[in-house]
Amino acid sequence: MERLRSWSAAAVEGAKFDRDEISIYIARSSLREACALLRDDASCPFNFLSDVTCVDWHPREPRFEVIYQLLSIPKKERVRLKVRLSGDSPAVESVTSVWPAANFFEREVFDLFGIRFTGHPYLRRIQMPENWEGHPLRKDYPVEGYR
Amino acid sequence: MILNMGPQHPSTHGVLRVILEIDGETIVRIMPDIGYLHTGIEKTCEAKFYQQVVPLTDRIDYLCPMTNNLCYALAVEKLLGLEIPPKAQWLRVMMNELTRINSHLVWLGTHALDIGAMTVFLYCFREREDILRLFEAVSGQRMMTSYFRIGGVALEPPLDFFDRVREFANRFPSKVDEYENLLTGNPIWGMRTKGVARITAEDAIALGASGPTLRGSGVDFDLRRDLPYSGYENFKFKVPVSQDGDVFARYLCRVQELRESIAIVQQAVDGMPQGPIKADAPKVVLPDREKMKTQMEALIYHFKIITEGFAVPEGEVYQAVESPRGEMGYYVVSDGTAKPYRVHMRSACLANLQLLPKMCEGRLIADVVAAIGSIDIVLGEIDR
Repeated sequence: MERLRSWSAAAVEGAKFDRDEISIYIARSSLREACALLRDDASCPFNFLSDVTCVDWHPREPRFEVIYQLLSIPKKERVRLKVRLSGDSPAVESVTSVWPAANFFEREVFDLFGIRFTGHPYLRRIQMPENWEGHPLRKDYPVEGYR
Repeated sequence: MILNMGPQHPSTHGVLRVILEIDGETIVRIMPDIGYLHTGIEKTCEAKFYQQVVPLTDRIDYLCPMTNNLCYALAVEKLLGLEIPPKAQWLRVMMNELTRINSHLVWLGTHALDIGAMTVFLYCFREREDILRLFEAVSGQRMMTSYFRIGGVALEPPLDFFDRVREFANRFPSKVDEYENLLTGNPIWGMRTKGVARITAEDAIALGASGPTLRGSGVDFDLRRDLPYSGYENFKFKVPVSQDGDVFARYLCRVQELRESIAIVQQAVDGMPQGPIKADAPKVVLPDREKMKTQMEALIYHFKIITEGFAVPEGEVYQAVESPRGEMGYYVVSDGTAKPYRVHMRSACLANLQLLPKMCEGRLIADVVAAIGSIDIVLGEIDR
């Protein structure tokens, strides 16, 4: 797992082992390369992207955490990657070129949190109507919606 | 020509809209459009106590409520560090497998109906009715069961319940033979499914497919066996895999799973351990009614859980289970209060739906119906 660190110490901002689950914080700029590296790793290839989601830590800064759950089907291992993003115009590179599965997941995060994935082939709203205003899963969006 | 299929179309299994760009009857491009059933369940969860989220999880996927209950309960129990007594674990496995059979029966019936085999539908719903009666006996509800709670299961099953399950388990394999007699060797069924909507193992993995959709392409991976949860390591079962990656292969996988699931149910009934059905955690698990009437502490705990919930230690957990459709995952983040900070559901159908363009482009419109049926989507789970 810690081969990432030997690849680029600057890319890994920290790691946490909690309740048998590993989380690795990755620098925003090197996320896509880190994902490609993990996917092609010879001893433990994380070839399956389980999930992409986001947590809003409003009003804390950096406000957003985008979370990638990876699974290695041959080795039966899981790892979680996290990227911290600031509150104003959050954006991160898309991983659709690494795992095409990210397509719908990233669209959902864009729709509900307003995070831009640069390089995504079709970044449009997926759950909410096209003309919806705001991003419902942000913490400053009221549960009842705006009336 | 651009053609809209849905959002109200009998073969889209809910409100799915598929935009087809066609040239004659051949599909040039296909794009699923979802979101018609979006109800904001993830947002709602953030405003509820942990125990109040359980009924919401039922409503995500109305064909396998118990699987969702289980996944959410396991995630919160992991956050709390709760130990679940063996009887509760075995009950959970047993009910979970009955849920899988229930879900697969609805899938088989409607999938066959879409392709034109009407009889199977009636056969499948006959057995499904038996399972729903079992659910009603154990939880009081046929569909939205909310039977698994944080820390165990809601109620002790009624006295004759295990006999009824055993009777059903003995009867069921011959019923699967009946379905197979109707379909597996049927030449019309073969023509509509063999070689249709083929997907390779590499594509299936890259596009995030899981469950029978992945195993139909020859990838031998099942979370119940490979990353066991809730005591699945105590059960012996085979994981059916087919190599062809077409609609027929996925059909074979699911039908074999029916047989494996009923075998697990049988093992669970025969080896059901004795003991409590709830964890020993008075601050989390509601006390028995009897205790509430005789012990003051029990009454106080009951009052506190109902009115102010229970605090869950800070942290985050991703728990995945093998739902009838694939990897169902719950990502729960706690900030140390009685309400979850964030609950995210990883939907197996959402990822599986991404296979649709790969499956259908260059093929006929009629094959879209077979392809949608074969990935077994539930729109409630996709849109949440």
